[in-house]
Amino acid sequence: MPSPQRYVEIKTSTPIYWSLIVVLAAIALIGIAAAHHMDTEGHHITGMSNQIVWGLPHVFAIFLIVAASGALNLASMASVFSRQEYKPLARFSAILSIALLVGGLAILLLDLGRPDRLIVAMTNYNFKSIFAWNIILYTGFIVIVGAYLWLMMERRMHRWSKPAGLLAFIWRLVLTTGTGSIFGFLIAREAYDSALLAPMFIVMSFAFGLAVFVLLLLLSFKLDRRELGISQLQRLRKLLGLFTAAVLYFVIIFHLTKLYGTQNHDFEHFILLEGGIYTQLFWIVQIGLGSLLPMALVYAPALQTSSKSLVLASLLVILGAFAQLYIIIVGGQAFPLNIFPGYIVESSFFDGVINDYTPSLWEFLLGCGGVTSAVLITLLAIRVLPIMPDGLPEQVQ
Amino acid sequence: MSTELDNIELRPARRRFLKGAAALATTLVAPGVMLYKTGQAANDNGKSIRWGLVIDSNAMSESDVDACVSACQREHGWKTTANSATDAQWVRKVSLRDAESGHQRFLPMMCQHCDNPPCVDVCPTGASFKRADGIVLVNRHTCIGCRYCMMACPYKARSFIHEVLRDQLPVAPRGKGTVESCTLCVHRIDRDGADAVPACAEAVNRGDRKAILFGNLNDPQSEISQRLRQLGALKLRADMGLNPGIRYQGL
Repeated sequence: MPSPQRYVEIKTSTPIYWSLIVVLAAIALIGIAAAHHMDTEGHHITGMSNQIVWGLPHVFAIFLIVAASGALNLASMASVFSRQEYKPLARFSAILSIALLVGGLAILLLDLGRPDRLIVAMTNYNFKSIFAWNIILYTGFIVIVGAYLWLMMERRMHRWSKPAGLLAFIWRLVLTTGTGSIFGFLIAREAYDSALLAPMFIVMSFAFGLAVFVLLLLLSFKLDRRELGISQLQRLRKLLGLFTAAVLYFVIIFHLTKLYGTQNHDFEHFILLEGGIYTQLFWIVQIGLGSLLPMALVYAPALQTSSKSLVLASLLVILGAFAQLYIIIVGGQAFPLNIFPGYIVESSFFDGVINDYTPSLWEFLLGCGGVTSAVLITLLAIRVLPIMPDGLPEQVQ
Repeated sequence: MSTELDNIELRPARRRFLKGAAALATTLVAPGVMLYKTGQAANDNGKSIRWGLVIDSNAMSESDVDACVSACQREHGWKTTANSATDAQWVRKVSLRDAESGHQRFLPMMCQHCDNPPCVDVCPTGASFKRADGIVLVNRHTCIGCRYCMMACPYKARSFIHEVLRDQLPVAPRGKGTVESCTLCVHRIDRDGADAVPACAEAVNRGDRKAILFGNLNDPQSEISQRLRQLGALKLRADMGLNPGIRYQGL
């Protein structure tokens, strides 16, 4: 029987670790400063408008929130599906998912028109609003995964970690259903209004969360020069390929469904053929660089043992994720509402035209601040808590 | 004696305190009074009140629609600036051209005061709400500026305030970081009831020619109900089943 897995705080003697912490903290602070500037000046300094009401901050935030629930996957596989080979990574999986969610929520909060009214949002609930459900789902996620992490780390409580893992798994499925439904329930816009968005967001979370997990796992192991066996890498590689393919499947079905009915032809024509930046992002970044290329990198027989190809594939999946969310969130609003079918519509309020959106530096900085906060929380947590396995060398058969 | 007291250093502080106390009392009491009035309107009349408009596009020229927009701006204090993409527009002039015949008409387009408003459904804090008399409003005290209502509105009726505002009018409390839209001139309705005339209607109606007719959709005897019965009118995006309170004739 193999000796029990040891978990050790990562050592911080390396100057790389501390320089990384300083850089991440600096970017997070710049993000907060950018949000403060947006708050004092008003949103007119951003690229957002009365036409594109959600912009780049929401792309960053939704990415982090979707990835957060996906990052919990590895822990779920160990606790819920009894896959022992993933167990050593379960703690890291849990802490990463909390960190990503906190980063995403910070962006959403700081982008509000009145972030100072957080207390209003926490005390006034309209239970028909999917947003209100999400406030409960997000805070619940942090509490449940936090408890789950503690149960995994406290040996005396260990037997409770399995039911807690099951609860966390169900909660995360509901949570991502909620995130997808923010868009799926919007009946008025042709880009949304689809129940398919909820399961598609769940599958997206598998892929995005795993890509972030792989990058931060390899980074942390490298920072502390810990050993990561080839079979562990192989498993992550196969999962990444599978999840990326699953996202692609949902994307194809989503567009095919819209293409079949004549009423959505204009919208599909816009996204797939003549949408300018959105069309380019779709074909080149989301499909080419973000789906097909990572799948090639993951499945190419010659690259099976290369961790560099896995890193590159993960980076590409994240790049494709940003493109996909940009198309869904911004592209969906850029396409005009069809209030007067059959008429050529014009107004001073941009009726009937494709809406422009150029993200501002402030929005970008706020988004980056959220991402770096998530990474910062993760790197600090694995320094102060015994979360990382001391090594995952290749098991001798 | 009072002059002596007034002259001492405490005076400004005391005045500020009294002002503050008065403001606090107003803030606490005023919403209660408002709610009481609204509640009363509903209770007195049961389900008999639903305010709405019928807009006759055949009776409106382009300049009539412009007059509607200007009247609303004057009434509520919103302005058109150089930043057209971020300017608030409570009502806008929409030009509709038939693609085949080339026939063109102009309409004022504003909040449609839906019976089943999606903005109210999605609002996380309940700041978007529908009054008992059917008017859809935003409570500017609990709006957190998330803009989900703007994503959900099928009519693009809402505006987010992107800039710091000054010199707002008392009838239209507005502020940076919150969402707003047409109130159906609720301040006039609360004052005049069924005799109220919203500013846009006032700007275009002349004598018996009422291009915009305001009234109670639930009262079969009201002028608006009679006109709807005789001439009919279109609900925009009726396919969504939202049952808007604004109806259009001539489309």
